[in-house]
Amino acid sequence: MTLDFSAVFERWPLFVDGAWMTIRLAVGATLIGFAIGTLCAIGRRSDSVWARRASTVYVEAIRNTPLLVQIFLVYFGLASLGLKLPAVTVAMAALTINVGAYATEIMRAGFDSIHKGQIEAAECLALSRRQVYWHVVLLPAMERVYPALTSQFVLLMLASSVCSQISAEELTAVANFVQSDTYRPFETYIVVGAAYVLLSLLMRAGFWGVGALLFPRRRRLGTAL
Amino acid sequence: MNGSLNANHLLYLLQGATWTVGLSLIAFVGGGLLGLLVALCRVSPSRPLRLVTAGYVQLIQGTPLLVILFMSFFGLPALGLKISPLTAASVSLTVYVGAYLGEIWRGCIQSVPRAQWEAAECLALTRGQRMRLVVLPQAVRIATPPTVGFMVQIVKNTSLASVVGFVELARSGQIINNSVFEPFIVYLVIAVIYFSLCYPLSRWSQRLERRGPSARQGAPLPVQQASLSLS
Repeated sequence: MTLDFSAVFERWPLFVDGAWMTIRLAVGATLIGFAIGTLCAIGRRSDSVWARRASTVYVEAIRNTPLLVQIFLVYFGLASLGLKLPAVTVAMAALTINVGAYATEIMRAGFDSIHKGQIEAAECLALSRRQVYWHVVLLPAMERVYPALTSQFVLLMLASSVCSQISAEELTAVANFVQSDTYRPFETYIVVGAAYVLLSLLMRAGFWGVGALLFPRRRRLGTAL
Repeated sequence: MNGSLNANHLLYLLQGATWTVGLSLIAFVGGGLLGLLVALCRVSPSRPLRLVTAGYVQLIQGTPLLVILFMSFFGLPALGLKISPLTAASVSLTVYVGAYLGEIWRGCIQSVPRAQWEAAECLALTRGQRMRLVVLPQAVRIATPPTVGFMVQIVKNTSLASVVGFVELARSGQIINNSVFEPFIVYLVIAVIYFSLCYPLSRWSQRLERRGPSARQGAPLPVQQASLSLS
């Protein structure tokens, strides 16, 4: 048997739609998940025992269970509460909850890497509490863990393929449809695999650009702090 | 197995969990062997070998495991190879884990100080002896915490084998749910079982990281040390 891509290529508009959905899921979950992660990482360092405990439980629960199970839990959990939401919304929610936990852990490592002397020095310079947090803790921490964050977000984009299991119409769901339509499974998944490789390369390039914009020091010296 | 959730259902889930453990072990052993090969090729003096394995790693790390699974389960039969769900899952996980472990271990091999290589060379050890007697024993100590950490990923990723019909924990949960129609409770139980499999591994990895050699040297995680190159 030989490979024949013509039937698969004929359906290219479907793949474009699917890839667009994957991009939307990935970007949305990345942005909201990063915000959640930063907040929870701050919570993990707060004086309140309950804030620390809650964010620890959140991180450990998410990091030690599979995304597939999390997606089903959110999907059926919302349904049993009587909320009928479209599959894409559920998928976005589950991905956000998932990546938020990983972002928390990464940002926490970033916060831990800030030397206490830095904060004391900033206080001596009469910076306000908020200024210290922003300029001395948050931004340098982000700069340090930026590579780890970006690889986590690329992994999230790849993991979004699991959303096909609750029939969110992203790239893998499109592939499943096309392969049952054309009876060309091998060719279909090769095309989709290549599309994912391309998407992850694009994402890395995008993050590199954002990093160069956000962190001028990194741009000038070619390294983090 | 009708009616509400009962002890028989739990037993069935635990049976699924043993398959999750079994599949994880297959993936870890298979992927570990492949990963060792990949790591050694990535630091080999031969440029073509380095390029080919680097391409393999990039390709696999840019593709979701789900697509790899579908490719082997639906794709290989279309090419004339009969394949069972267990074989498809084992092959896909091995290929997937091999790429990630290969990359982790390459970082560990390269984070063994260069002076160790040079000293071994001065003692007139051959390249094979240097690798086997000097570098790998040190690399293993650096590699242990991230490897244990990655085992958590392996256990979680075996849940994807459910989509090609292999009856492990997630799939046995789906089967039970088809008879009791209590998806939220069933998936909650499944999540708890996965958690009890993964959490000890996570803690173990954290403990190793705290007292491991990389913590003592204050070095960053080996995974991110990609700048060194040996040849």
